[in-house]
Amino acid sequence: MSDYNFAYLDEQTKRMIRRSILKGLAVPGYQVPFASREMPMPYGWGTGGVQVSAATLTPDDTLKVIDQGADDTTNAVSIRKFFEKTAGVDTTEETAEASVIQTRHRIPEAELTEDQILVYQVPIPEPLRFLEPRETETRKMHALEEYGLMHVKLYEDISQHGAIATAYAYPVKVEGRYVMDPSPIPKFDNPKMEMAAIQLFGAGREQRIYALPPYTQVVSLDFEDYPFEASKADHPCDLCGAEDSYLDEVILDDAGSRMFVCSDTDYCRSRCEAGHSGRLGEEAA
Amino acid sequence: MTPLLQVKNIKKFYGSRIGCTDVTFDLYPGEVMGIVGESGSGKSTLLNSLAGHLAPDCGEVVFDTRADGPVDTVTMSEAERRMLSRTDWAFVHQHARDGLRMSVSAGGNIGERLMAVGDRHYGSIRERAADWLGRVEISENRIDDRPSAFSGGMQQRLQIARNLVTGPRLVFMDEPTGGLDVSVQARLLDLLRGLVREMGLSAIIVTHDLAVVRLLADRLMVMKDGRVVETGLTDQVLDDPQHSYTQLLVSSVLQV
Amino acid sequence: MIELNNVSKSFILHNQGSAVIPVMQNATLCVKPGECVGLTGVSGAGKSTLMRVIYGNYLAASGSVVVGGVDVAKAEPREILALRRETLGYVSQFLRVVPRVPTLDVVAEPLLAVGTPVGQARDKAASLLAQLNIPEPLWGLSPTTFSGGEQQRVNIARGFAYDYPAMLLDEPTASLDAQNRTTVLGLIDTAKARGAAIIGIFHDEAARETVCDCFVDVSDFSPKAMA
Ligand SMILES: Nc1ncnc2c1ncn2[C@@H]1O[C@H](COP(=O)(O)OP(=O)(O)OP(=O)(O)O)[C@@H](O)[C@H]1O
Ligand SMILES: [Mg+2]
Ligand SMILES: [Zn+2]
Repeated sequence: MSDYNFAYLDEQTKRMIRRSILKGLAVPGYQVPFASREMPMPYGWGTGGVQVSAATLTPDDTLKVIDQGADDTTNAVSIRKFFEKTAGVDTTEETAEASVIQTRHRIPEAELTEDQILVYQVPIPEPLRFLEPRETETRKMHALEEYGLMHVKLYEDISQHGAIATAYAYPVKVEGRYVMDPSPIPKFDNPKMEMAAIQLFGAGREQRIYALPPYTQVVSLDFEDYPFEASKADHPCDLCGAEDSYLDEVILDDAGSRMFVCSDTDYCRSRCEAGHSGRLGEEAA
Repeated sequence: MTPLLQVKNIKKFYGSRIGCTDVTFDLYPGEVMGIVGESGSGKSTLLNSLAGHLAPDCGEVVFDTRADGPVDTVTMSEAERRMLSRTDWAFVHQHARDGLRMSVSAGGNIGERLMAVGDRHYGSIRERAADWLGRVEISENRIDDRPSAFSGGMQQRLQIARNLVTGPRLVFMDEPTGGLDVSVQARLLDLLRGLVREMGLSAIIVTHDLAVVRLLADRLMVMKDGRVVETGLTDQVLDDPQHSYTQLLVSSVLQV
Repeated sequence: MIELNNVSKSFILHNQGSAVIPVMQNATLCVKPGECVGLTGVSGAGKSTLMRVIYGNYLAASGSVVVGGVDVAKAEPREILALRRETLGYVSQFLRVVPRVPTLDVVAEPLLAVGTPVGQARDKAASLLAQLNIPEPLWGLSPTTFSGGEQQRVNIARGFAYDYPAMLLDEPTASLDAQNRTTVLGLIDTAKARGAAIIGIFHDEAARETVCDCFVDVSDFSPKAMA
């Protein structure tokens, strides 16, 4: 571990990233450019999030890493190991125990507190890219608050699918100003973004950082006659019986039988441990 | 009556080369002005300078805004100018693909300006898009098709619908019928003429087709080498041209 | 209503050795409401040119051309257009129309231009077309494919749709059969009776004698005559 500076990045780089983070916190939802570094992992593996976490961690922190809600996927495990090795910080799978949580595609079910920081891995930070590929133009649109195009995308959704079919990376407006891509979290998580914890977003390949200070207003875009809905599969968790958590659908056999389970593995486990159970809870246990 | 647009001494150079220079005119509400001249005479440069796509080197383009009356659009903030471009101004490009979003449905193309000014009711946006498709003679059941599935004439009509849906007061058109078959052109001209009348639009139309201005324009401005050489009532300029260049231009075409 | 004072007109052909073709000098005439003045003179004397100068289609080189209080020789395009919309009608020798527009609308257009409700404008147009014997099945078609005589009658119907206080008629009875000619002369009489000031060119002597109150020989304004 002494072969590396604390948390891998050199202090100079961390300071540069912290400046971008602070700027991002000062202008919620605004994409701050930063000089993304090469990390010992490929793009798409959360290099942006890892750099933000590296610049945020202190030796006293406890880190949790989740990928789609799970602590045990390859991506989550390797990032957790990376920081165990390069920063020597404690790690945990329990949401409440963590002071820094790096996530890919989910917000934990348990409500976060003012003492916590949630770091998102972001593949494409620009919500307008889908319809306007020119970066010069999208920057201008943000600067001048020209966001009509965002609704064009939702319009297209409804005209093609009869409803707003966008289920992930559902665009939001931050404090009535910047339109922001919340990273590919399910839209079910959107309402949770108005939270007590600090939220930091890092896009490595795109070299952008943006942020939400605690209790920032985050509104999901919609139409008056097609209001935003934080939808999820209409089921309780088959393991812990939770009715309020985001579920993954798991195919069980070739006959097409399937089960729904909490995508947040820590949440599900702690509920089971507390004695809750769902349709398949007993057998699985 | 206050002119809708007062253009004062507009000048645009490309390095040492003249784009257009010394252009001054007033456009009154409901007037349609044609700008003609040969290729390279500065028509598009002028139009783009007026519409805010190019920054003129000097001069004023004063527009009679709804809220604050006459304001110089050259010096107003970019945000204000872009807002104007989405509301009271419209720009019809020669090539429909420059003025349309090819990856967005016809309905979405028409709805964009509505959404840009804050319309947040899907049903009403769609209804207005359908209404505008009808007005530009495109069947309503094409509303969810992308413009790439449309013919050139239909794309051009869609571009017009997309521009006019917010009820602009001033429309800039750069060769709106260029590149279309003659029969398609006639239909488009007829449509434009109807819309201009019906909506009381003011328009500035750049073209080198004298038949187009004969049909659409009340007034004509003839440009050569970046300068205005003659202006006047359209039929007067075409039938009794005063400047040698205009005479050449008019005599070069058979019977317009 | 129509008053010309010392109007001159020449054409300068810049691209043909700057040849100057003087066509008219010191043209002076006056037409009062309810009066019809016939222009005479040999072919090429400048009858149509004078009419076009009055309509603002040709630019007068000097002098004044006052119609309903507006000096056409100096007016802005929009003033001339307003004059043409509200005051000064013109039946030219040839019909020039927008392709695709149905005949009924071509005729109704001058009324629509001054804000007449569509139904009322179309009714008036229909009655004029009927009066001028344009077969009803043609009303919905564009006149571009009509015969010369039919086109001329459409042109006349259009010229008489709105009650202009001043009118210019360039050979309105040429190439018409006797019945239609009588109808057109009737329209002119009606217009005079309601007080229209009219300038007309009629090749047909009988027609000329029937409707004109006096004549002006355009040859008198010919520059050659002055020399
Ligand atoms: N971007 C540019 N850079 C340099 N010169 C330019 C540029 N755009 C136009 N010009 C020059 O400015 C002059 C006017 O060009 P402009 O495009 O305005 O003409 P136009 O009248 O619209 O011609 P066309 O009928 O061919 O469209 C020409 O000499 C042209 O070569
Ligand atoms: Mg051009
Ligand atoms: Zn569960």
